[in-house]
Amino acid sequence: MTKRFALGIFDDEDVLLHAVENVREAGVKIYEVFTPFPIHGMDDALGIERSRLPIAAFFYGLTGLCFALWLQIYTLGFDWPMIIGGKPHIALPAFIPVSFELTVFFCCHGMVITFYAISKLYPRWKTPVLDVRSTDDKFVVAIELKEGVDLGNVTQLLRANGASEVNEKEMSKF
Amino acid sequence: MQHVSPVREPLVTGGKTYHDVTQDVSRQVEAAPNIRWMAALAVALFFLGIFFYSVYRTLWYGIGEWGLNKTVGWAWDITNFVWWVGIGHAGTLISAVLLLFRQKWRTSINRAAEAMTIFAVICAAMFPVLHMGRPWLAFYVFPLQNTLGSLWANFNSPLLWDVFAISTYFTVSLVFWYTGLVPDFATIRDRAKGPIAKVAYSLLSMGWKGSAKHWSRYETVSLILAGVSTPLVLSVHTIVSMDFATSVVPGWHTTIFPPYFVAGAIFSGFAMVLTLMLITRVVFKLEDYITLEHIALMNKIMMITGSIVGVAYITEFFIAWYSQVEFEQYAFINRATGPYWWAYWSMMTCNVITPQLVWIRRIRYSIPATFILSIIVNIGMWFERFVIIVTSLHRDYLPSSWAMFSPSWIDIGIYVGTLGLFFTLFLLFAKFFPVINMAEVKSVLKYTVDNGPTYTGHDPHHAVHQPATHGVPASAPVNHDKHD
Repeated sequence: MTKRFALGIFDDEDVLLHAVENVREAGVKIYEVFTPFPIHGMDDALGIERSRLPIAAFFYGLTGLCFALWLQIYTLGFDWPMIIGGKPHIALPAFIPVSFELTVFFCCHGMVITFYAISKLYPRWKTPVLDVRSTDDKFVVAIELKEGVDLGNVTQLLRANGASEVNEKEMSKF
Repeated sequence: MQHVSPVREPLVTGGKTYHDVTQDVSRQVEAAPNIRWMAALAVALFFLGIFFYSVYRTLWYGIGEWGLNKTVGWAWDITNFVWWVGIGHAGTLISAVLLLFRQKWRTSINRAAEAMTIFAVICAAMFPVLHMGRPWLAFYVFPLQNTLGSLWANFNSPLLWDVFAISTYFTVSLVFWYTGLVPDFATIRDRAKGPIAKVAYSLLSMGWKGSAKHWSRYETVSLILAGVSTPLVLSVHTIVSMDFATSVVPGWHTTIFPPYFVAGAIFSGFAMVLTLMLITRVVFKLEDYITLEHIALMNKIMMITGSIVGVAYITEFFIAWYSQVEFEQYAFINRATGPYWWAYWSMMTCNVITPQLVWIRRIRYSIPATFILSIIVNIGMWFERFVIIVTSLHRDYLPSSWAMFSPSWIDIGIYVGTLGLFFTLFLLFAKFFPVINMAEVKSVLKYTVDNGPTYTGHDPHHAVHQPATHGVPASAPVNHDKHD
């Protein structure tokens, strides 16, 4: 399905932040904002909820810890107990390093895989972007032009809020 | 909130705009390789050839190709392993610890430092794997049930802890580095002209578009990764030090080892970062991003960690005397006055005296002096590991088995070979990947005083909407006046 967008191009992140707030206050839905670097305050301005990735990371870490403890206690304590240096089979202090490392391993990789998955980031042959300058030095506010959203009004609103250009762009499969 | 003081030095000099940052960093990725880069790569490949030859000799003829003997069963291999792992630690320190401490100056050096971490760990891993003699059985280190019996790996062994520590460290550093690279790959992808570059960087950039939601998650991920990488990096060298500290060999059996090794790791790592950065900034004309201020700050970290290492050397000696253990005392006297005195005094000179020179401001800000110091520190840190390992082993409890160690050509070949491997990887990275984190540098560009909000003057809209707060950061609270 082809989508039509009005793209407000901004040169400065402070102007952009104000513009995003004002556009949302004016009741226009912002499809997405593309920026070359993370902008502090953008989450609040756009109303993006706080990511739950830290919670996921915690549980991944907990999984790693449980797995590590199970692995060490089961293999050395139950499956094939061996006397090593006259110490107990289940020598918990000696299990700390591996438990810690596996906690970190599961936490990091679980979180990063989740991050790529939920953000739908995966290698692709071609990456269509609305404006190639949005990974360089421009800040792009994309507003989808659907029924009830008029290009003229949107242009006026973006211009009034400091957009240096407003372009119209059609994208299939975006 | 970022506090910006007018007396603070700018992080990026030269009044750069966002587009300038993109240009300056992408330039060497897009340009044809220059002659100096090709010459450097040729040298690195030559040493890589030496590496492959030495590895072939080691695998074909066995560990007997090395200079090891019955008494000194660990020498250059483990020295090099610890040396390389230590070097890697500075990268994680810069990318993780300095991120947590909100040290914004890290932005221009973290990418290359993290790359250095990854390549250094690859080099480090070569040594224990080759020392196995039969690296195709390397999977035995993982807790897989023995196919002939029911034996499992021994989780009480520090060598097994090392397996987990190094593999976790390597993979976590790799994803941390790669996730940071994704937005910059997207920048290069969107600038790419050639068909191969377009496809290659599109694949590498994972379809990154820089949407606000992705950035929000990206920042969360970076923060958590930094949070867990910080204890991870400390744990890695702690565990490496336990390879020695949990044994009963005099000179190894000390509780001081973990902090001493971690400090030494960061010390040598920063020396290597300095060596690489001083070359990179000149070769790729990045003097505005890696400024003298960066060099001075890294010098300071080198001085602090170097001083910790110096204190550790003296403490070891004191404790050997204070412990009243004859063997421990002999191990240390033997280090300083025995047949390996030259290694000990090289270590003391390079690691204790050199970093103290950094107190002098002119040396701290001098590029040639810093370059020489960084090389000396790396030599000194290599000797530290050599001293710890070889001098402790060569005269053990039984005088009849005392022996000396001398490296074979294959020992030397593998060591200089890993330098070739390291520099081959680093040169390829420097050519095809953005050596500076463009997105992060752009995000701190406005904080720097000499840029300030004067940054885009040509647009009429800006004259109206530019907050009139000179020197105040972008993230400062803005007044929510209506603009229309």
